[in-house]
Amino acid sequence: MHEATAQPARLDVGRLRRDFPVLARRVHGQPLVYLDNAATMHKPTVVLETLDRFYREYNANIHRGIHALAEQATEAYEGARARVANFLNAPSAQEIVFTRGTTEAINLVAASWGSANLGPGDEVLISHMEHHSNIVPWQLICERTGAALKVIPIDDRGQLEMETVDALLTDRTRLVSIVHMSNALGTINPIETIIAKAHAVGARVLVDAAQSVPHIGVDVRDLDCDFLAFSGHKIFGPTGVGVLYGRLELLEAMPPYQGGGDMIKDVRFERTVYNDPPHRFEAGTPNIAGVIGLAAAIDYAVSVGLEAIAAWEAELLDYATQQLCEVKGLRLIGTADHKAAVLSFTFDDAHPLDAAMILDRQGIAVRAGHHCAQPVMDRLGVPATVRASLGPYNTRSEIDALVRGLEKVREFL
Amino acid sequence: MSIAHRAEIQDLEDTFSLLTDWGDRYRFVIALGREVEPMDPALKTEDHRVYGCQATVYLVPRVRASQNGKPTIIEFLAEADAAIVNGLIAILRKAYAGRTVDQILEFDLDGLLQRLGLEKNLSPTRRNGLHEMAKRIRTVAHRHAAPSSAA
Repeated sequence: MHEATAQPARLDVGRLRRDFPVLARRVHGQPLVYLDNAATMHKPTVVLETLDRFYREYNANIHRGIHALAEQATEAYEGARARVANFLNAPSAQEIVFTRGTTEAINLVAASWGSANLGPGDEVLISHMEHHSNIVPWQLICERTGAALKVIPIDDRGQLEMETVDALLTDRTRLVSIVHMSNALGTINPIETIIAKAHAVGARVLVDAAQSVPHIGVDVRDLDCDFLAFSGHKIFGPTGVGVLYGRLELLEAMPPYQGGGDMIKDVRFERTVYNDPPHRFEAGTPNIAGVIGLAAAIDYAVSVGLEAIAAWEAELLDYATQQLCEVKGLRLIGTADHKAAVLSFTFDDAHPLDAAMILDRQGIAVRAGHHCAQPVMDRLGVPATVRASLGPYNTRSEIDALVRGLEKVREFL
Repeated sequence: MSIAHRAEIQDLEDTFSLLTDWGDRYRFVIALGREVEPMDPALKTEDHRVYGCQATVYLVPRVRASQNGKPTIIEFLAEADAAIVNGLIAILRKAYAGRTVDQILEFDLDGLLQRLGLEKNLSPTRRNGLHEMAKRIRTVAHRHAAPSSAA
């Protein structure tokens, strides 16, 4: 296809920035330099207006109402589901379950699929670079079911030790739950290979795509994954909404996650008949505004161009890597061959918290800590790092501001 | 508050009032932190670890029980691996360390930090451990409060 091979149109960052009202604000009297995009991304005006319009013009509960507002809200909500399915290239909108975020999506699979499919002697395989939200739900379900949790190790640069995967996958492996792109290091994992290997031993695969959806994009058919989870707020959308993609035949066989309204067909005290997926997994009034806002966010990302975003972020990551490597005493943590949008580092003897606090006073927002990935930090021998994470609206001059900010940190410590 | 205690706090407030620039305030806080005595590594145990902080913080409260009619005194050692947090510990020590139970429970730490322009550092959402440390010391003080002052 010509379109696929053509160079994506170059991102007009100056124009893009005008879509994000918050980027115009000052922090401690300085222009905001927002480099905490892996935690959450800012929202473009079009998303804010979509949320506002929902509450002003057609706020109603969905699925049950007969009146015009309820129909409009239901159409927008279900339209958003179709939009997400299309975005992920999922075969059917029925395979899209709305959740509170990636964390809830993983917990849903662990609790529902896990309780039905895991037993003593079974194995769940994760990696050493998982976010806590892709560790703890599996620990909980393994404890309850007697299954064992196994871990793919990582090397000193923060890459999966792929040569160990074959031995870790056994005929008892029921599920591999793996992060596509590390939030702490930016490493992009070869999940296509892992998925193929896992399927070869009959295991299912869940992809934690919280970081990859906004930065590198995903296609569930291309990946051939069984489940995939991401959060709306990391791709220009509102907080409190996320997505679980699940193969329909798997979702159909799964018991409910939570009980309540909307997830049932018929409720009697003797017996309740559960609804079909995806509604079976959406008990209670969902985050209607959030879901509609997420669809607007996805439309926005697509209109900007995911390839153009990825290309700009890659260019910026190269620039930032070069610039930071020039800073005396700075050590990048996570130097994988394939990585995106994240620069995790230590700086001289400065504690990451001190560095982040002094950067904050200069209007520069970064994250300090273990980034909810303590095992990664332990493995790489650092208690914590400073993390600068990029978004499409970041500029070279913001990277320069970070470098100057770090020179200032040095003056203090 | 004793006269000496009051004078020490007043000194701190006077110094801070001269530091109008955030940079100078941070430098001063960091300098205060450098005066915090290093803690005996043997005391850095899991029991003494203060969680809810992005730095590694240890806090060891010590109680000098009331003797001969003298009131119970709360001492504490604390150390963080981050310089600014150590400075906050130094300020917390000026407020709380070596004070009587009543002095600790009466002391308006929020007010002090506000006057120092550091109030944001005590908010529970700021994960620098100061809030948690203050809470722990006050819990110890509560536990040793005479029934009349417990209310």
